[in-house]
Amino acid sequence: MDATILLTVNGKQRKVTTDPQRPLLDVLREEFQLTGAKFGCGEGRCGACTVLVNGQAVHSCLTPIANVQGKSVVTIEGLATGEKLHPVQEAFLAEEASQCGYCTPGMVLATVGLLARTPQPTDEQIVAALDGHLCRCCGYTNILKAVRRAAQPAGRG
Amino acid sequence: MTTDSTAHTPTDGQAGDEPAAEPGGGMTRRAFVQWLGAGLLVTVAPLPAAAQPRRPRGGGGTGKIAARVHIGKDGTITVMTGKVEAGQGARTELAQAAAEELGVPADRVQLIMADTDRAPDDGVTAGSRSTPSTVPAVRQGAAAARDVLIQLAAARFAIDARGVRLADGKAIDPASGRQADYGELVGENSDVPFAAAVPPGVTVTAVKEWKVMGRPTPRAGRRDLVTGAHRYPSDIQRPGMLYGKALRPPAYGARLKSIDMEAAKAAKDALAVRDGAFVGVAAPTLRAAEQALDAISRTAAWEEAPALPSSAELYDHLRRHARGGVPANPFADELAKADKKLTATYHVAYVQHAPMEPRAAVAEWNDGKLTVWTGTQNPFGARGELMSAFGLGADKVRVIVPDFGGGFGGKHQPDAHIEAARLAKAAGRPVLVRWTRAEEFTWAYYRPAAVIDVQAGLDAQGTLTSWHFVNVNSGGAAVESPYRIAKSRSQYVPSASPMRQGSYRCLAATANNFARESAMDELAVAAGADPLDFRRAHLDNPRLKAVLKTVAEKFNWAARSGKKDPRLGVGLACGTEKGSVVAACAEVAIEGDRLTVRHVCEAFECGAIVNPTNLLSQVAGCILMGLGPALREEMQFEKGRVLNATFWKYGVPRFTDVPELDIHLLNQPDQTPVGAGETPIIAIAPAIANAVFHATGRRIRTMPIRLAAEGKGY
Repeated sequence: MDATILLTVNGKQRKVTTDPQRPLLDVLREEFQLTGAKFGCGEGRCGACTVLVNGQAVHSCLTPIANVQGKSVVTIEGLATGEKLHPVQEAFLAEEASQCGYCTPGMVLATVGLLARTPQPTDEQIVAALDGHLCRCCGYTNILKAVRRAAQPAGRG
Repeated sequence: MTTDSTAHTPTDGQAGDEPAAEPGGGMTRRAFVQWLGAGLLVTVAPLPAAAQPRRPRGGGGTGKIAARVHIGKDGTITVMTGKVEAGQGARTELAQAAAEELGVPADRVQLIMADTDRAPDDGVTAGSRSTPSTVPAVRQGAAAARDVLIQLAAARFAIDARGVRLADGKAIDPASGRQADYGELVGENSDVPFAAAVPPGVTVTAVKEWKVMGRPTPRAGRRDLVTGAHRYPSDIQRPGMLYGKALRPPAYGARLKSIDMEAAKAAKDALAVRDGAFVGVAAPTLRAAEQALDAISRTAAWEEAPALPSSAELYDHLRRHARGGVPANPFADELAKADKKLTATYHVAYVQHAPMEPRAAVAEWNDGKLTVWTGTQNPFGARGELMSAFGLGADKVRVIVPDFGGGFGGKHQPDAHIEAARLAKAAGRPVLVRWTRAEEFTWAYYRPAAVIDVQAGLDAQGTLTSWHFVNVNSGGAAVESPYRIAKSRSQYVPSASPMRQGSYRCLAATANNFARESAMDELAVAAGADPLDFRRAHLDNPRLKAVLKTVAEKFNWAARSGKKDPRLGVGLACGTEKGSVVAACAEVAIEGDRLTVRHVCEAFECGAIVNPTNLLSQVAGCILMGLGPALREEMQFEKGRVLNATFWKYGVPRFTDVPELDIHLLNQPDQTPVGAGETPIIAIAPAIANAVFHATGRRIRTMPIRLAAEGKGY
């Protein structure tokens, strides 16, 4: 039986009537045409589908749409302000942290989630936060550099 | 700089040459059964089309300048290439190539890549061929366009062509100061001035004059990657598009006996299609398609193939099925006389590419013309497969390859393209088919497993006197030894692979280099020599010697290899393939059965460096990707069923696996640039195995390298 779910996506009120068990990832991609969150594994082991729900990084492929009723979802499309990129996006550009780029949205959002709760993470904290994210181009070193760069307060480093 | 490899030349000699079976079985009968809501319809497809056209390799066949370069009235420069971008950097590198010749910055050049209606066929994006073949083809096309622009400017300025200067998208007459933009010069349609063929002897810019090539150049299109704006094949959405799924057999070789297609009605607005061995569904949402597939699959009855070998008995199976048997050592007499002998067998497991983006395709039929967006390294090959599958001419099939989420040699056959096209044809609407991770692990092809026998002898001075090397099943890439040996034979013998196998980054060069460089280490020990000195004593290749020298110095090999510690070891390996040379040192830490790679130092040389930024990414990517098959990755199967088709059970490298990395790129401006996305992978596994020996005295001759006697496998 379909259910009607109300949620905020990238600051906008959205409504969807659908199977409540349908993954958030499918709803974002198919109903809202927000294809920035990627399907990678469907088992929560690659992080490509990561979005922020109430500021926390979650696997949208494992999150039933019913679970985000009334919550605020931010996808990679909602991170920039107009043409102005989010500092984490800027850091990924500056460090050439994308190769094929399929993992990038998940990596960026996980970093945003990490820095929101730990603004000055140690390398161990960065690795712990990102170890659920795979990059098969294996651009891990540049991604780490990007996260470190994003974590630096403005004017330092 | 491609991150992939080719299986399409006889010299590659590996099973990827064989036409791949369609996942889930071949087509035997052609009939569609479909319904959308109500109504049942049966159609019969026409016979397969005639043979596919001949294929160029790398960069030939463009003919006219206009086929390669277009300049808009507004000065926009567009370059067309059949190559694809899958993260390996071809888009950026080819933009640099054109920009160099046209006298503009790299970001002034847009590329149309891998659109079979708009781009020339530059062959498969594989075998590290983009740099040595397509870069020159693009440079020649752009240089020819440059020469036309100079002629047009000379006519406009009424001066001699030798007096025209090109800079930043403008032609300039330095004497008078007059200028003309490229757009003004070419007029309404650049195809008119660019109608001539690319002259065979057109002059390209010498390496020492390079202003764009050879410079660090950021990735083209990178902003769209960090904003999510880029549309990968699996992101393509078309009006009225449905989501499709294909039914997979429960095991390799299983044949469908019966199925109740009506069961798909359980899902809202689902359509089910049966076409010979192909069974699939499509629905307005992916979830409904999954439900429809689940419903029909419950009704399916299968006839399973006779028992297939399991991964536990794989190596015996491959040896038993070696075509013509495993050849005997032709130097047996020489070996018998040797002072010291090595007889060893090395094994390499099947591994998966596991690109982040699984196979995906969107197919759309319009007035009998089929358009397919898909992620493949072989766009024109994919077009040919669609022409054959649907009995269409080349003008009725268009394949478009958006920049996709990783190939690594694993997407020569996109597979999903035919599935999506079948479903779209039946539905009369566009259909997206995106494989699951389990499908990708199970039904996409594997890097071939290998059984490698080595026999070698040393004389009393520690010099190699004979060498016999046989690779069973995995391929002939880098099978030849770079070492000087009086009597040497290296061979590849095909076998009967129980699983679908094909290309992978650097093909069999990884397996062959693992066996050879492990054996060289064993022989060095037998000779009582330092592994570095032993290699040097048998090497003539100056480029290979140069990377060895560099890596040994940077790693401080002499000091570190002299220390003995059962918990810490260092190892060395080198190799050459696809015209480039690599050497690596690794340091490993050992704690019980736990093996950790702590430090990797690698030196790499691929001629004149085209884009140092991307080259560094490619080399680092190769080293880290190579850690997976070196340490953990192995496809496990039993009776045709894959046992570890998830990232949970199949452990690809993660952040926590990243060692200290120390990469040294040697630039050789006088050497023609060659590809770099593959060869840096071949030294890592043997360096690790040799480091394990250095610490423990244990010689592990199997990839993945495991300290536990009976590995869990994942």
